[in-house]
Amino acid sequence: MIGLALTTVAGQGTGLAELAPPPGMALVPSGRYEPLFRGEKDPKEVAVEAFLLDVAPVTNAEYLEFVKANPKWRRSEVKRLFADENYLKSWADDLDFGAANRSNAPVVHVSWFAAKAYCAWKGKRLPTTAEWEYAAAASPSRADGGKDTQFKQQILAWYAQPSVSNLPPVASNAANFFGVHDLHGLVWEWVADFNTAMVTGDARGDTGLERKLFCGSGSEGTNDRENYPAYMRYAFRSSLKAAYTVHNLGFRGAKDL
Amino acid sequence: MNCRTNTLLHIGSVCVALLVGALSTTWGAEAEVKAKVTKPADPAIVGEETAVLTQAPHVPPPIARSHATKVIIKLEVREVVRKLSDGVEYLFWTFGGEVPGSFMRIREGDLVEFHLNNHPSSKLPHNIDLHAVTGPGGGAASSFTAPGHSSVFSFKALNPGLYVYHCATAPVGMHVGNGMYGLILVEPKDGLPKVDKEYYVMQGEFYTMGKFGDPGLQFFDQEKAVDERPTYVVFNGAVSSLVGDKAITANVGETVRIYVGNGGPNLISSFHVIGEIFDRVYAEGSTTPTLHNVQTTIVPAGGSSMVEFKVEVPGTYILVDHSLFRAFNKGALGMLKVSGPENLLAYSGKEVDAVYLGRQADAGSEAEKRVRALEEQMQQAIKSTPAIANLTKELQVERGKQIFMQTCFVCHQVDGKGIPNQIPPLAGSDFLMADHERAIRIVLQGQTGELTVNGKKYNGTMVPLNNLSDDEIANVLTYVKNSWGNTAPAVKSDVVRRIRSEAPAPVANAYE
Repeated sequence: MIGLALTTVAGQGTGLAELAPPPGMALVPSGRYEPLFRGEKDPKEVAVEAFLLDVAPVTNAEYLEFVKANPKWRRSEVKRLFADENYLKSWADDLDFGAANRSNAPVVHVSWFAAKAYCAWKGKRLPTTAEWEYAAAASPSRADGGKDTQFKQQILAWYAQPSVSNLPPVASNAANFFGVHDLHGLVWEWVADFNTAMVTGDARGDTGLERKLFCGSGSEGTNDRENYPAYMRYAFRSSLKAAYTVHNLGFRGAKDL
Repeated sequence: MNCRTNTLLHIGSVCVALLVGALSTTWGAEAEVKAKVTKPADPAIVGEETAVLTQAPHVPPPIARSHATKVIIKLEVREVVRKLSDGVEYLFWTFGGEVPGSFMRIREGDLVEFHLNNHPSSKLPHNIDLHAVTGPGGGAASSFTAPGHSSVFSFKALNPGLYVYHCATAPVGMHVGNGMYGLILVEPKDGLPKVDKEYYVMQGEFYTMGKFGDPGLQFFDQEKAVDERPTYVVFNGAVSSLVGDKAITANVGETVRIYVGNGGPNLISSFHVIGEIFDRVYAEGSTTPTLHNVQTTIVPAGGSSMVEFKVEVPGTYILVDHSLFRAFNKGALGMLKVSGPENLLAYSGKEVDAVYLGRQADAGSEAEKRVRALEEQMQQAIKSTPAIANLTKELQVERGKQIFMQTCFVCHQVDGKGIPNQIPPLAGSDFLMADHERAIRIVLQGQTGELTVNGKKYNGTMVPLNNLSDDEIANVLTYVKNSWGNTAPAVKSDVVRRIRSEAPAPVANAYE
């Protein structure tokens, strides 16, 4: 198995360079990811196999090609079950993202269903929470930026600034250690298993929400109670339903090796 | 899985609607509100109304109803840039667009249908935990709402009181620290006592990367927040939000009630109104006036207090957190302006404005003891020297004149006539000649306050001249009492010494 072979070489930085990633994607080597929230029975660490990840979120121009080829994902055609009424809200029309939006800005107001369909059309898939968080833990200079106070403070700065109506182009900021842009500071991103972090999995909750995430008990069972950006990402994801669309929520594709 | 659950619940509500029959008026709302849970009807609930929400410092009018009703509250969450202080901006996360959040007023027993709408421009999901809610999370789980979405839940107001509400989305301290808190008043069934003025004041602290007053858009500082070192501690969301023309007001004779909240997220407030005494405090937001005649009341983080007081005297009353560096260095300061006629029986204003010289040197101090010992030595030396000891009155006058011309003439003038209305005369002075020892005491200890010389009042200040030796004082007094027509016996230096050694006359000392 390729994955197994890569796992054995991970961290040593050898062998990976020979596998040139396809254009627009970066190779994220295998490693370990510590989930922010886990139950008593869950493992402390999750192994992440090496995978390919888009270096930037999907743009308006790229998404336009998708809806041209797939009429059922056009704004006027989409089934309400798969995208709420704000789907592609900022676009001018079915096949026109409008003068107000940059072609190379990330597409937003897309549902999980739509993002998943786009990825499938591209021969890709959505990254898992573990993959996304593992890739996003890298600062520009090191793979494990998670303990870097300055890095976290830079991420926090994004939340301290108001939303912009006209999003900037993707990849405007420096890439991280793995060569991936915009995991922080541009838009939120869908992940394949966005709704697992706080789904209880037992019968006591009728909403699927893990109540432990609220108020002071929000820090129970977390591995890093000072990682505020991670709290916010988890909270954001768990506020979503698959048909939701949000003005600052986009996505990017991933792929197995 | 979420979708399936929603669909099932939705179908469930559709079935109920069909069974009940023609609920056509609510049909539209039913279709919009997904996952609506059906509830048994409550016979105590009569009618329906939409709550009046107000922004601080204003409070909605008292509840006039004598029965419970269904109250619809629609609250919008918005992330907005607003002024934190002059030239300082901050991205506040708010309930209703302001900090603190909108004030809500309901009645005990009311059924509240709560709509939490998260504005589409929000970056984050939010929710609300109302301390007035009985139930896990206080509504937090049921109101968890993504940007551009809305949630509805219902609760019955079982307990009267003044309750804090706040966002409870992780990381909760940051959501509260960015301004997500407010007050909800659940009036008891019989209402609260009538007062003339009601206000809403809520304290909260902010943790910014910059120092207090650093201009521009300031970012949340996580480290300061975790260490509980706020940059700003303010009332009603900003420095100076209750100052100047934004001060709260009342008229003399009115009773004021302040609904005081504390959003925290960390600090406990020592709420105090400078120059007022709270006639009644409903401690920690209870509906029973638990305390009377209170100077400072504690308002816990995530808690409240109601204070009532009658204003008797016009003027400006300063609201502070009496942890004073918060008030004077971090912004926790507001104003209550009371207008109306003066009430001199209650408060006189300043009656006396006088110079106070302070007590003379402490007789017990080491320096003073040493001075005494040296003076004793000097006196012994004088006594053992007949030429000095036997100085005649004439010699004292001559020596005294030199001292007068160095020290005294500037005020009392060379001719001893003083300055009209300012400096009393020595020449022909009944005051000087009347009391031998008083004159010595005045030279030693100074003089302040009103006195009458030759029928004229003077109210000035003479500094003490206790740097002069006993002999010098004896000599200068002998000079003034034997010049310009004055005649008196010589002043003896041992009398001066005795008076100097006596404890100074007790005087009120502002520094003790």
